[in-house]
Amino acid sequence: MGRYALRRLLQAIPVFIGTTFLIWFLVWGLPGDPFAGRCGERQCPASYVQSMTDKFGLDDPLPVQYLNYLTNLMRGEFGQTFNGTDIGELLAQAFPVSIKLALVAVAAEALIGITAGVLTGLRRGSFIDNLVLVSTLVLIATPIFVIGLVARYSLGLASVSPEAPLVELIIPGLILGSGSLAYITRLTRVNLVENRRADYVRTAVAKGLAPGRVTGVHLLRNSMIPVVTWLGLDLGALMGGAIVTEGIFNIRGIGGLLFDSINRRQSGVVVSIVAILVLVYLIVNLLVDLLYGVLDPRIRYE
Amino acid sequence: MAVGLTAVALAAAGCTSTPEPEAPKNDGSFIISWSEPQNPLVPAGTSETQGGVVIDALFTGLTNYAAADAKTEMANAESITSADGGTTWTVKLKPGWKWHDGTSVTAKNYVDAWNYAAYSPNGLINGTFFGDIKGYSDVVSEDPDGPDKPQVAPKPAKDKLDGLKVVDDNTFEVTLSGPSNLWPIKVGYSAFMPLPDAFFKDPAAFGQKPIGNGPFKLDSWTKNVELKVTRNDDYQGADKPKVKDVVFRVYTDDAAAYEDVKNGTIDFQQQVPSAKLVGDLYKTDFGADRSSNKPVSSSAFIAMPTWLPGYNDPKVRQAISMAIDRKLIVEKIFNNTRIPMNGWVNPNMAGYKDGSCGEFCTFDAAKAKALYDSATTKPKEISLAYNGDASHKPWVDAVCNSIATALQVTCTGKPFPTFGEFRTLVTTQKMTGMSRAGWQADYPHIENWLNPLLKTGASSNDGKFSDAAFDAKLKEADGTADLAAAEKLYQDAEAMLPALMPTIPLWHSSQQTVWSAKLATVTINTFGELDLATVTVK
Repeated sequence: MGRYALRRLLQAIPVFIGTTFLIWFLVWGLPGDPFAGRCGERQCPASYVQSMTDKFGLDDPLPVQYLNYLTNLMRGEFGQTFNGTDIGELLAQAFPVSIKLALVAVAAEALIGITAGVLTGLRRGSFIDNLVLVSTLVLIATPIFVIGLVARYSLGLASVSPEAPLVELIIPGLILGSGSLAYITRLTRVNLVENRRADYVRTAVAKGLAPGRVTGVHLLRNSMIPVVTWLGLDLGALMGGAIVTEGIFNIRGIGGLLFDSINRRQSGVVVSIVAILVLVYLIVNLLVDLLYGVLDPRIRYE
Repeated sequence: MAVGLTAVALAAAGCTSTPEPEAPKNDGSFIISWSEPQNPLVPAGTSETQGGVVIDALFTGLTNYAAADAKTEMANAESITSADGGTTWTVKLKPGWKWHDGTSVTAKNYVDAWNYAAYSPNGLINGTFFGDIKGYSDVVSEDPDGPDKPQVAPKPAKDKLDGLKVVDDNTFEVTLSGPSNLWPIKVGYSAFMPLPDAFFKDPAAFGQKPIGNGPFKLDSWTKNVELKVTRNDDYQGADKPKVKDVVFRVYTDDAAAYEDVKNGTIDFQQQVPSAKLVGDLYKTDFGADRSSNKPVSSSAFIAMPTWLPGYNDPKVRQAISMAIDRKLIVEKIFNNTRIPMNGWVNPNMAGYKDGSCGEFCTFDAAKAKALYDSATTKPKEISLAYNGDASHKPWVDAVCNSIATALQVTCTGKPFPTFGEFRTLVTTQKMTGMSRAGWQADYPHIENWLNPLLKTGASSNDGKFSDAAFDAKLKEADGTADLAAAEKLYQDAEAMLPALMPTIPLWHSSQQTVWSAKLATVTINTFGELDLATVTVK
């Protein structure tokens, strides 16, 4: 397993370089001078454009700029925004907030989703099964911004305060996780229903094991593999993809920062966020793959 | 003849004060919806509103513009006088002013700040505002092959302006390259604010943690979250704030900010989102006592590519202007949040004259068509370019539609993805048709709407318009010492414009502002900002 993890980590290096290189080219290679539009309706003085171009090294060819960026990144320096803010400072402020929000969302997904999935899976065709099926359908079909806006404005909720305390993140977290929650409910239910007919469950019941143990240890553990995959990937997606929810509740996290930076052509911030998100995905993916082995001992890593 | 502005005592605003026994009125804080500034917080390096509103709170320059009517009042200056008709100005500072770090505000702080801002290798956005001070051409250098090419600009001959001289701690002398009666009005703009010695030790660090001399001092700035300023109790100016703290909180989505003002989480939103303008929804939500609709000092124009055949004929330009039904578009597209324009100057300016464009800015399809047909050369293509990253499409299409219907031509709206790309094409003369343009006043005077926009070779003359007689009239006005006489000459210059039709005036903006029940005595100044000196909290 150690060798497997090492190999995966080594594979991550070209993936990381490739993705950041692509993003780098896409954002810095956009047509138009990034400083031309920064003086309102008047033309920026040439001296301003020149000194900014020098400061950010934009006169160099793109590959050289990228290499410079990568070297600085290795040293832990993200560079500066056009208003002189340290990008590292921005990220250090925004990431904890987004992580908190994503964890709340994933926790809600796991808790409510798996519980509902187990309940419906065990009582197939019952009233509660139908009720959950219909409500998950509604959640899946409704875009998140509709849920968010309706929740916020109909309940008259205020935005999350700048410190983003956990209590205030519960409702945004629930909204953020609502879509995935529905998928997890269904995923758990389907797997449970399928595995209930499996031989090992029949054997366990025949052995006279308590029903709770059959469900909790044998049935649930084997039904969790796709659910864990989903949760893991979702954690990665939620950290960068909470643009809508963060906007609705003015949560000062990564999603909003990314959105703002794209609008303002703060390319340095965009590339840095994407670089970190790529890392997050790679690590989460690896963790999920390693978890498979824990859940199902038949899966071995060489 | 001696021209000068003397100190004007601030008349107390006639506010109705409701006594609140429990909370002392002087303390209290409120929150303004905000977004991150585009540049470091250095006065001469900031030209956009988000940074500008904080700069105005932290710094005080020589003069201020009164919140109510934008008249120039002395602030840090005791007097600004000229003995020779407007070429040499003597500035006397009020003694006893202190920076937030405790050092004194001296004449040297002004001279140093202006020299730094004007020196082109420092690359400050507002460096060009010092262009009329003697010796400016020695402290700037042009890049021989343009900013995008490898060659760099040579070092300027000097790093100090010849025209600035410190006389003593509280006096300095400014020599302009020619007489300008407007100079005391101009220096109220934030580019002319002083900088403390601390700035020159580390300019980059200063931009993140500015030390000002203004009514508020910086308390904390959590990037991308909020910036907090707190009252400077040692402030010597007349515009002493009534509140203790002001928090500028960053919002990504202005709809969220609007909701938060509504439920009282925050207290002020300078411009309500456009969705709330439909059917005056914001008035229903906030009522007349917590909202305002105020004309502000910005206007929209269409720039004409005067170097292209067809477009070089004033007749064609007049015909296009007459073919635009401004009133209908303002009503249907903007819910009457714009005011149709009949002239080249914003109504908030000193020297504004109503109706100076006359019939050429009044919709008349038949006359427009006749005028257009009488032109010998027609433009190859009638199009209106705009930046697609802001909500210009609806009105551009409406304007084009109006032109097409009236003149029986095809007119197309041409979007460009980003503002930066759009501006690059405009300033490099790559446009093949008309393009949208906007202007916001730097200082409230008619001159600010003529010289920078329409004079030959001016910095924001997008259409490269040039007319010798018009330039001469402007020059005459620039050189006239008497303010009233100069104003009259600028008006004469504007009166020449209908015949030349250099740009097409469209409309002035008005700004819809809302605030929470916590705020009282709210004054919105002509720049559309909340006047932080007079506002109180309940």
